[in-house]
Amino acid sequence: MSVLEIKNLHVTVETEQGVKEILKGVDLTIRSGEIHAIMGPNGSGKSTLAYSIAGHPKYTVTEGEILLDGEDVLAMSVDERARAGLFLAMQYPVEIPGVSVSNFLRTAKTAITGEAPALRTWIKDVRESMENLRMDASFSERNVNEGFSGGEKKRHEILQLELLKPRFAVLDETDSGLDVDALKVVSEGVNRAHKANDLGVLLITHYTRILNYIKPDFVHVFVAGKVAEEGGAELAERLEAEGYDRYVKAN
Amino acid sequence: MSQSPNQHGLAEHSHGAVIPLQIRIDRPKSTSVSDFPAISKTQDLWRYLDVEQLAGLDADVLAEYKEQVSFTSQEGLSVSWIPSTDSRVGAIGIPEDRVSAAAYTNASETLLVEINSSLAEPATISITGVDKAASALHLLVVTKPQVEATLVLDYRGIGVLGENVEISVGDQSRLNLVSVQTWDKGSVHVSAHYAKLGRNSFLKHTVATFGGDLVRITPISTLSSPGAEVEMNGVYFANSGQHIENRPFVDHAAPNCKSRVTYKGALSGDKAHTVWIGDVLIRVAAEGTDTYELNRNLLLTDGTRADSVPNLEIETGEIQGAGHASASGRFDDEQLFYLQARGVTEAEAKRLVVFGFLLELIQRTNVPEVIESLSKVLEEKLEVN
Repeated sequence: MSVLEIKNLHVTVETEQGVKEILKGVDLTIRSGEIHAIMGPNGSGKSTLAYSIAGHPKYTVTEGEILLDGEDVLAMSVDERARAGLFLAMQYPVEIPGVSVSNFLRTAKTAITGEAPALRTWIKDVRESMENLRMDASFSERNVNEGFSGGEKKRHEILQLELLKPRFAVLDETDSGLDVDALKVVSEGVNRAHKANDLGVLLITHYTRILNYIKPDFVHVFVAGKVAEEGGAELAERLEAEGYDRYVKAN
Repeated sequence: MSQSPNQHGLAEHSHGAVIPLQIRIDRPKSTSVSDFPAISKTQDLWRYLDVEQLAGLDADVLAEYKEQVSFTSQEGLSVSWIPSTDSRVGAIGIPEDRVSAAAYTNASETLLVEINSSLAEPATISITGVDKAASALHLLVVTKPQVEATLVLDYRGIGVLGENVEISVGDQSRLNLVSVQTWDKGSVHVSAHYAKLGRNSFLKHTVATFGGDLVRITPISTLSSPGAEVEMNGVYFANSGQHIENRPFVDHAAPNCKSRVTYKGALSGDKAHTVWIGDVLIRVAAEGTDTYELNRNLLLTDGTRADSVPNLEIETGEIQGAGHASASGRFDDEQLFYLQARGVTEAEAKRLVVFGFLLELIQRTNVPEVIESLSKVLEEKLEVN
């Protein structure tokens, strides 16, 4: 059993208009096996929370802490956080020209576990995971994210989630830009990883659609850089009916 | 750094051909140094260099390389020194610039490399410099018809060398020529390659430059017999203070010839500078030409500079295809973040990207010793910064 704690997190970002505070005191605790949905309107700071957990250099933490089983995550470099068991499925994964998917996956797996995976089982694992995500075998010879469609990029993110077996995964709008079929395939991948590894999930989304496939234990409504309301799955249903207007107006 | 997480490094862009200041075939040719003006930055050929960087290679008098050159024998291969007055010398190509002319005039002997039958093993000519005396060398590689061979030119040590390399590929022959420059720091190497391809012949010409303060190589492939095909590849890595210049030129002078030019380079460190000028000329007679040239550069740090200019002159519309692309991109913070977010350290991320970018062209040489040694050199270059 692991626990990821976010306490009073304040985060700023540098913009052309100067330094701007995006997160204004976020509190959140996620335990192994729990699925938390973070929902909120555009610009509420959802993605900033995701990137701050992963350690993107663009974001500056000015106050608060992030703890993984009591360890200070903010003191870790980006790669140390990943090796500690944190995973971010990105909304806009970048292209890495010249680096094949297969080479990339093997390098990442080696980095995470500290030793190269046994070749035969690894190849089998990759093939199975790709089949589960309905990815063609030729995929592994393509360069990372180069010329991938939106749906292919998301599948590739979830493929990594399944193969790298983190303790906690932050999914940053993984549902955006997916058609119903792709959304189903990707959701199944998340559910598999959740079940297989007792994964703790922080599911960031604008829409309730993905929650039909991935059932959250907790729903947090995110408005203007903090959690405005918390509840169970029923909160998502209310948001589906009412939208975010109520929260946005209150601000 | 990038402003949003969805921006990335190598943005491909293609653009219209740059019209050269002077059309390529009108460029003066001579073996006499005095026929060329003193080198200055105002000349298009030398605009990216300071004359001091040439370390005396533009002088009237140069020393000669002979003891610095070694080779091993094998069946089908004949290597010997011949007087440069021999009528075979200069038959393939005549200098188009002052440094090439100086090297031509000062090399009293020419190393004749004859490939008389197919070679079982790659042949290597080793050129190992021992001092900084400005020197001249002339190589003449002659491949007989219908043979297949790999020839490696291996340049290392400390040297200041002006050079001409003539390459004659016989009808229906296949020559894989690899020129590897891993000179020590302080070295200067300016070399003109002149290749002439016979009917239905194939030349794979690779220039791999990793060491030397200034390495400037100007390979010319003349496709003057029908059905000839040339693949010109280049791979380079410039660290702080290094200047690596490549100016490949493909002269399509006969019908139904094909050319592919692919140069890729990485730059890392303050004042690392690379220049790529890729010229292609499709003459009136060269109907059915199929040509494509590409240059990509990967900028690993601030303070680097990659100049990249494709020039295409087309004198006939009856061609299969002619294209070019040039792109220089940064290994940016978003790529680094993506790899680090998967547990990969910064150093390993750079290694992964650079190897992914350059290794393919090194592997295309198909010479195991070259692939192995250049992989090691790449590792070392990555550790410099």
